[in-house]
Amino acid sequence: MHPPLKPLIRWVGSAVAVTAITTTAALAQNTGKLKVGFMLPYTGTFAALGVAIENGFRQHVTELGGKVGGREVEYFKVDDESEPSKATDNVNKLIKRDQVDVIIGTVHSGVAMAMAKAAKESGTLLIVPNAGADAVTGAMCAPNIFRSSFSNWQPGYAMGEVMAKKGIKKVVTITWKYAAGDESVKAFKESFEKGGGTVVKELSLPFPNVEFQGLLTEIAATKPDAVFTFFAGGGAVKFVKDYAAAGLKGSIPLYASGFLTEGILDAQGASADGIFTALHYADSLNTKRDKAFRLTYAKTYRLQPDVYAVQGYDAAQMLAVGLNATKGDATKAADISAALRKATIDSPRGPFTISASHNPVQDFYLRQASDKEKENKVVGMASAKLADPGRGCKM
Amino acid sequence: MDLTTFLIQCLNALQYGLLLFLVASGLTLIFGIMGVINLAHGSFYMIGAYMAFALAPWVASTVGGGFFTTLVLGLVLAVALGYFLEWAFYSFLYTREHLQQVLMTYGLILVFEELRSLLVGDDVHGVQAPDFLSGSIPLGDMMVYPVYRLFISGVCLLLALGMYFVFAKTRLGMMIRAGSTNREMVQSLGIDIKFLYRVVFAAGVAIAVLAGMVAAPVSSVYPGMGGLVLIICFVVVVIGGIGSIRGALLASLLIGLVDTFGKVLVPQVAGVLVYVLMAAILLWKPDGLFKAG
Repeated sequence: MHPPLKPLIRWVGSAVAVTAITTTAALAQNTGKLKVGFMLPYTGTFAALGVAIENGFRQHVTELGGKVGGREVEYFKVDDESEPSKATDNVNKLIKRDQVDVIIGTVHSGVAMAMAKAAKESGTLLIVPNAGADAVTGAMCAPNIFRSSFSNWQPGYAMGEVMAKKGIKKVVTITWKYAAGDESVKAFKESFEKGGGTVVKELSLPFPNVEFQGLLTEIAATKPDAVFTFFAGGGAVKFVKDYAAAGLKGSIPLYASGFLTEGILDAQGASADGIFTALHYADSLNTKRDKAFRLTYAKTYRLQPDVYAVQGYDAAQMLAVGLNATKGDATKAADISAALRKATIDSPRGPFTISASHNPVQDFYLRQASDKEKENKVVGMASAKLADPGRGCKM
Repeated sequence: MDLTTFLIQCLNALQYGLLLFLVASGLTLIFGIMGVINLAHGSFYMIGAYMAFALAPWVASTVGGGFFTTLVLGLVLAVALGYFLEWAFYSFLYTREHLQQVLMTYGLILVFEELRSLLVGDDVHGVQAPDFLSGSIPLGDMMVYPVYRLFISGVCLLLALGMYFVFAKTRLGMMIRAGSTNREMVQSLGIDIKFLYRVVFAAGVAIAVLAGMVAAPVSSVYPGMGGLVLIICFVVVVIGGIGSIRGALLASLLIGLVDTFGKVLVPQVAGVLVYVLMAAILLWKPDGLFKAG
């Protein structure tokens, strides 16, 4: 070939290639498949919750025809094993290896904190469908981090208001010594003491230790008017059964954040009868929206839905609202945030809005567990349109 | 803390300690007699618990039996499982080094967890104690003590006595103890050591499964329960001395005391107290409290 042509061809060739690649990459922001990465517990004590969240999310995406923000959804999954020490490596699998556009996760607050840190650094959109660590919409808040569930502060604060209004004076709290337990009890103490009550003792045991006998004896010896507690999953089943077996059920009423009896009433049986809980969802809401959601969920997955499924479902709703506003571009965090702050999400739990720190502003129902009807029945409103104060959030 | 509360806490500590012994004795048996580190021990405990949950309705509908029938059926299945596992996997481990034993038994944990997830799902379950054991005994004016927990302590004591009797007073026990000291010599004396080891392993598995079944009504049945139990079992075995049943019993009671009173008196450090105890005992007696036997 004529000598001067070779470098020219090489130069033109590379220019065309570079232009093609960058244009495709830019277009892929808006038109390629939307990569959704689930980082959820698929093994371990929270496995059922991980499955419920994913089911709820997928249900809404199916309702939207498989497309969110005009883009077809492609799923990636990582099992976080509820293990905070592996969290950074696991979330980087989604961010760096799979290069997802949005991360949905997770259940365990410790893992969620690591995910929030990684998402803040990389700018990847993150929607938390359960983990209630206050810091996620508090000190660690960011324009690209949202939550579709609750903050640990909310149900605790709501229950404190309820118990103070009931005239209860002396309370003992008991929980696991980890983020969810500590924040729940602290929020309870805040509203309960504001309402005139006193927390006479704060008991705790290391997570996930489930030997409660010694502490139950302490509660009996202290003789409070009531007990406020936070436990979830397998530990909650054991605690409720041990509490009843120790004879405390009839004499010292038990109040808790909703997770104590959520999804595990079958396992707890008669020992859970009568326990009051506060949660942003209940199985018997009987609204048109909730009934439609529950029917579809039960038909699709042959399981009864629970609060975790609703949170997954609403994570998909929030994603759709955000991406519709940016025409599918998951990197425009500011626009997504603005759209979500203006929106009202029509959730099976009831309509909710998003606070400035990106946490749901929602109603908390007061429920009482009924062994006869095998469900947590709504007996009133614990706190309407309760907003997490978002302490420490600077956005 | 007043006297009544203190005594009740002692009772709690004793009951927890005996439960630990029930769960850990199978591990020390396999570790001590056969020299195999069996990480899958926690999985056998989990299998026991899930069997109690899954078999109970089946037993009730086909044979009409209750809790004890389920227990017996579970034990039979456990012995069969232990026999099969020893033949298929563990018999290769006796001459291997500890790392290979750890790797293989860790692999078994993963397999059992996945099998459990596939067969029974990931939900949390509860198991009902049999009606005649569901009562409670009043303690003080506020608390009652469930009869079922006393039943568990009774089972543990029976097991401890049974194991002592078999090892110290029977021919089989003598052969097992000889086999653990010198495998080749026992073989050259004409005793089928392979069959002996298979029996011991099946017994170890059966004890772990029994522990899981008996404890199921007071713990709950959930994914990952084996892992938590395994760690505390190893602490018991290390403190008590590898292969020593006496040591396992004493260590379990010590841990029961430290854990119960630790949670009540110093909750901030309750999580590490048991491990501090283990470190302290190892500094004093590096081989654990007792020697094998």
